[in-house]
Amino acid sequence: MNSQSPISNLQSPLGIARAITQVERGGENTRQLIRALFPFTGRAHIVGVTGAPGTGKSTLVNALAKELHARAKRVAIIAVDPSSPFSGGAILGDRFRMQDLAGTGIFIRSMASRGQLGGLAAAVADALLILDAANFELILVETVGAGQGEVEIARHAHTTLVVEAPGLGDDIQAIKAGILEIADILVVNKADREGANAAAAALEMNLNLNPNKAAWRPPVLKTIALTFEGVNKVVDAIMKHAAYLDEKQLRVPRERARFDRELRGLLERELLERTLRRVTPARWDEWLRQITQRQRDPYSVAQEILDS
Amino acid sequence: MSDTPIRVLVAKPGLDGHDRGAKVVARALRDAGMEVIYTGIRQTPEMIAEAAVQEDVDVVGLSILSGAHLELFPRVTELLKAKGKDDVLLVAGGIVPDEDIPRLNALGFAGVFGPGTNTHDLVKFVQEKMAEQRIKDKD
Repeated sequence: MNSQSPISNLQSPLGIARAITQVERGGENTRQLIRALFPFTGRAHIVGVTGAPGTGKSTLVNALAKELHARAKRVAIIAVDPSSPFSGGAILGDRFRMQDLAGTGIFIRSMASRGQLGGLAAAVADALLILDAANFELILVETVGAGQGEVEIARHAHTTLVVEAPGLGDDIQAIKAGILEIADILVVNKADREGANAAAAALEMNLNLNPNKAAWRPPVLKTIALTFEGVNKVVDAIMKHAAYLDEKQLRVPRERARFDRELRGLLERELLERTLRRVTPARWDEWLRQITQRQRDPYSVAQEILDS
Repeated sequence: MSDTPIRVLVAKPGLDGHDRGAKVVARALRDAGMEVIYTGIRQTPEMIAEAAVQEDVDVVGLSILSGAHLELFPRVTELLKAKGKDDVLLVAGGIVPDEDIPRLNALGFAGVFGPGTNTHDLVKFVQEKMAEQRIKDKD
């Protein structure tokens, strides 16, 4: 980071990219950066895109970004892929499916989940603030909808798309609690495959059972992202949902819920770090030994750490 | 911070479609704890430079089997420089005749790895170069 104001650094892709690297590292420099940028945020519309692996999220994000770009929107993308729990490494392959966007000025950043508790959500939240301050109007965040952390990230969004594909599960999957409940828009991608109509019907039926009829009803839209079929309608639905949030004055409550979670996440992480700083690795190892040998239980060890 | 994962862009410039080697390398780097942005085949120098900037990578690895390295690689390094992203470690792989290696070195490619390279050697090379770089950055 050079000594220029953080905002003027965000005028170039290089500056934006380096700022995101900074927030991925965390620490005092990140706190200073976010403090300086925060007053310039709050204008971007954030769209979360989540769903099971193989549903075509990256291809859909590619198509959505291209269509939004054609509609003269300034677009950025954050694509999150999991880190290996063993090596800590990651293959970030979403960009591979976004080749159409090269040279358009659309900013794409791949982020690895890096595994630290609550850390991913914080890094993505900070990266969103950077892109927001850098004047992007629409930010697409793509995550694998396979765990709590990913669902959390999708909930940073103003509009959340849940992507399904035919053949991944029956109608029982559709009524399970989970990511369907966070959807503002439901997309059945790969709609040229067998079972697409059945998958869409199962989702519609599930929506009919929602008790709250007055609220926004998520549209169920079929797409073939690879050929851009139906993508126009998804972009229309995103715009419509954005207008709905404005009309019903729902942006403030959504932001409140977002920062409520973010604040809690920050505290969890900070308190955990502070607590662990008081513990030497040798003591930690000793506690783990005692627990695995059933000499002590996890609750009383945790209590001892908190009381120390 | 030294515990930040090394970020690597693995790309195949030019028109040959043989990406087995690049994928094996990507996987080896991942298993060594690096974050690998894999952009695949038929990348133009412009696409590679843009991705290197946006992803803020530490390393750019280019794989090529078509023989066009002396056309395409200088274009990549030029663009990186023009975009202010010339602080990256450059590594090349694929089919590069021995007599071309000094020219790639002169372009800034610190390592050129041909067929039969042990992925372990490649990983070690990247780790050692990055360790040197990060010590330098601290000074």
